[in-house]
Amino acid sequence: MALVKIALAGEGGQGVQSVAEIIAEAAYNEEKQTIYIPNFGLEQRGGVSIAFIQVSDERIGAPKFNKADVVIALSERAVGRTAHYSDENTLFVYDSGFKVDENDLPRQAKKIIGLPAIDTANKELHPRVFNIIIMGAVIGLTNIVDFEAAKKALENKLGYKFEKNPDLRELNFKALELGKQMAEESLKEGGQ
Amino acid sequence: MQQVITESKKAFMTGNETAAWAALASGADVMFGYPITPQNEIMHYWTRLAPQYGRGFLQTEDEISAGFTVCGAVQSGKKAFTATAGPGNVLMQEPFGMAEGMRLPLLAIIQQRGGPSSGTVIYSQQEVALTTFGGNGEGWRIVYSTATHQEIYDYVIKGFNTAWKYRFPTFILGDGYQAKMREPLEMYDPETRGIKMVDTYPLIGLDGSITNAEREPQHLCNIYSLEEELYDVVLKNTAEYESISPEIVEYEERQCEDAEIIILSHGVVARAADDAVKALRAQGIKAGYFRPITLRPYPEKQLRAAIARSGAKKLLIAESAYGQFYRLTRQEIYGETIPMETLFMPGVGIIDYDIISKVKSIL
Amino acid sequence: MQTVAPATPKSWYLPTKPHKFCPGCGHGIVLKALGDVIDELEIQDRTIFGCDIGCSLLSWDFFACDSTQTHHGRTTPVMVGIKRARPELITIGYMGDGGGYSIGSQHLLNAAVRNEKVTLILVNNTNYGMTGGQMAPTTLPGQKTETTPFGRDPELTGYPTKGPEFIAQLTPDSAYVARATVSKYNQLRRFIRNALRNQIEGNGFSFVEVLSTCPTNWRTNAQQTWHFLEDEMEHYFPVGELKNPFGKGGK
Ligand SMILES: Cc1ncc(C[n+]2csc(CCOP(=O)(O)OP(=O)(O)O)c2C)c(N)n1
Ligand code: SF4
Ligand SMILES: [Mg+2]
Repeated sequence: MALVKIALAGEGGQGVQSVAEIIAEAAYNEEKQTIYIPNFGLEQRGGVSIAFIQVSDERIGAPKFNKADVVIALSERAVGRTAHYSDENTLFVYDSGFKVDENDLPRQAKKIIGLPAIDTANKELHPRVFNIIIMGAVIGLTNIVDFEAAKKALENKLGYKFEKNPDLRELNFKALELGKQMAEESLKEGGQ
Repeated sequence: MQQVITESKKAFMTGNETAAWAALASGADVMFGYPITPQNEIMHYWTRLAPQYGRGFLQTEDEISAGFTVCGAVQSGKKAFTATAGPGNVLMQEPFGMAEGMRLPLLAIIQQRGGPSSGTVIYSQQEVALTTFGGNGEGWRIVYSTATHQEIYDYVIKGFNTAWKYRFPTFILGDGYQAKMREPLEMYDPETRGIKMVDTYPLIGLDGSITNAEREPQHLCNIYSLEEELYDVVLKNTAEYESISPEIVEYEERQCEDAEIIILSHGVVARAADDAVKALRAQGIKAGYFRPITLRPYPEKQLRAAIARSGAKKLLIAESAYGQFYRLTRQEIYGETIPMETLFMPGVGIIDYDIISKVKSIL
Repeated sequence: MQTVAPATPKSWYLPTKPHKFCPGCGHGIVLKALGDVIDELEIQDRTIFGCDIGCSLLSWDFFACDSTQTHHGRTTPVMVGIKRARPELITIGYMGDGGGYSIGSQHLLNAAVRNEKVTLILVNNTNYGMTGGQMAPTTLPGQKTETTPFGRDPELTGYPTKGPEFIAQLTPDSAYVARATVSKYNQLRRFIRNALRNQIEGNGFSFVEVLSTCPTNWRTNAQQTWHFLEDEMEHYFPVGELKNPFGKGGK
């Protein structure tokens, strides 16, 4: 597998970094080369939180990158803040429920994908699993990890919560599945 | 001492966590430190792990104190270390200077952040000058500049041994990216890899009674009444440092034999340089890769040899600072006539693309 | 009686509002009180505001006053340098408990001993906020922080520093020393006013510690935050004026 670079961005509290960590861990468990680094610094306080993930079969070079293969913006602010990580090879993903100025979207991107993740989480599942839908979408878009490996990584991370409330396991796995499907469908639609 | 890692095991963790585990596996007795980003998690992991293995920790009132408490602990015969960054590294130059002057085997892990002043809390390679030659001495320091988590693990272990074998203060020079990123590595018990941990020993508080005339009292000093006394000490230590340097020097060299351009970098930037060389070669550009692992002592002879052997037309020095590594290199290979080009990106990361573009612009 | 409307102080620098502190952080309340007092004393034009490195650094462009950022722990000597060089200026140093009582403690002690005519405001939130919640000199016994994950053990790390008590011992009677809390706004404002008046009148060293909240690193909700401040901190650190050259109840 060639190098895949993902930038995941959202507001503090949206669980951006934990999702990135689970994805990275799943890739690592599949014996892939993996690097994950959060953005950190003073601006974290109230700023947009970004996770940089790279997965490959080969040894990975620098920990950060200028352009990503997939950029996922989980908040309206994150759309503008991450636009410059896109170039003509990038899939740019944001929530279709966001009110964003067309001009803020990275027009240079290979494809701009709006996913109804927030809506789906709220209506079909639970607002809390919004980030897990996104995690599913990352997998659907990139295939960087096997679906089962992702479930296992989720289990590793949240197992202690699932023990207390087995319904949560069901809910999370369903969110993962839905996210994956959503992403796969979006790739089929009107490929450019 | 309780064994920390019984069987080699793979791990996927941050560089800071790696450093804490490596110090544990090295048999470090105690850490003294003061919070500063991006090294905080070394302390956070240490404070959680150390009590399980009977190791000590103290958060001191500042970095000056952290450095001097380490000086005290190593004088008393314990394997002690600290970790810091940026302005904390500035403050630690006083105790590091004492460690040079009194030949104290301390180990310090430096996670470089942006400077000068409070700079950024993120990343840089701007603590090269400070870590190699900070203080009012002659730079009797051993500085390993790491590039991967595996190296952080390996060189923390090696660093404790270097410090205690040669009695020069030893540094693991990392950076904020290495501190905060997660990547895979293998952790092991040094003994199972045939690495014998060098025994520590006290310089004061020795066995044997002074009053019963079993031994002489120890008197350690760092100030001299006569200029000539200090002169002799400096010459003696310098000679010793120079004589052990060949054993300590480490570097990486790849594809320099036929290189038209040698890319010189250190630390995390070397990862980008490695990728850049591969990409350039694939495009038919003969690039070579040279990376000092020890910045002090510097692999000067090896670099000169690589330049001579390759007949390269140019050297490109890439660093996340404005010329600190460049100046260090220039003084080390004084007299070489190969033109030196530079890619200075102070306080920001360098990726293969940056290096490739630079190479193409100068060839 | 009419309550005072919570108007924005005139001395605040509006382009930097809303401020960048976490929701529920006490820093904003302290800076509101300070802004009110700067307005009331009409000293905005000759005030030099200096902040430390800590969460206080986020206030470097908070006021429409000439301001300067210093290093972690070094605000006191920078303010002393300004005041010694230009006595007509009103110098306000703003720092955290780590900056003031730990790394900068020698400066605080010596400035107090010399009765330097500066005003220092120190925010006590029982931890190192900016660096992610490590132990501070003021961390309470048993309190969990990132570097005391099993709770602060006074056997190993001593008892919390009581700054105003300690400074009161070092200073002559012309100094002003007090401890305030963000839970008593009017008192906080009065103490800060006294501390500034003391400098303006050229009496001596002026120091106010303010007990403050850090819900982010305490990991507390609103109710737990106020409980910790009012029941634990205010219990351990008595609030009040320890030294007041204007006499009791001085206005
Ligand atoms: C010399 C030096 N050491 C360490 C640091 C890292 N540092 C920045 S802020 C801070 C602690 C802040 O705590 P405090 O002073 O209590 O302020 P708070 O953030 O809690 O308001 C530290 C240790 C630094 N900037 N400089
Ligand atoms: S970390 Fe604590 S002190 Fe700092 S801004 Fe947030 S709540 Fe305030
Ligand atoms: Mg504090």
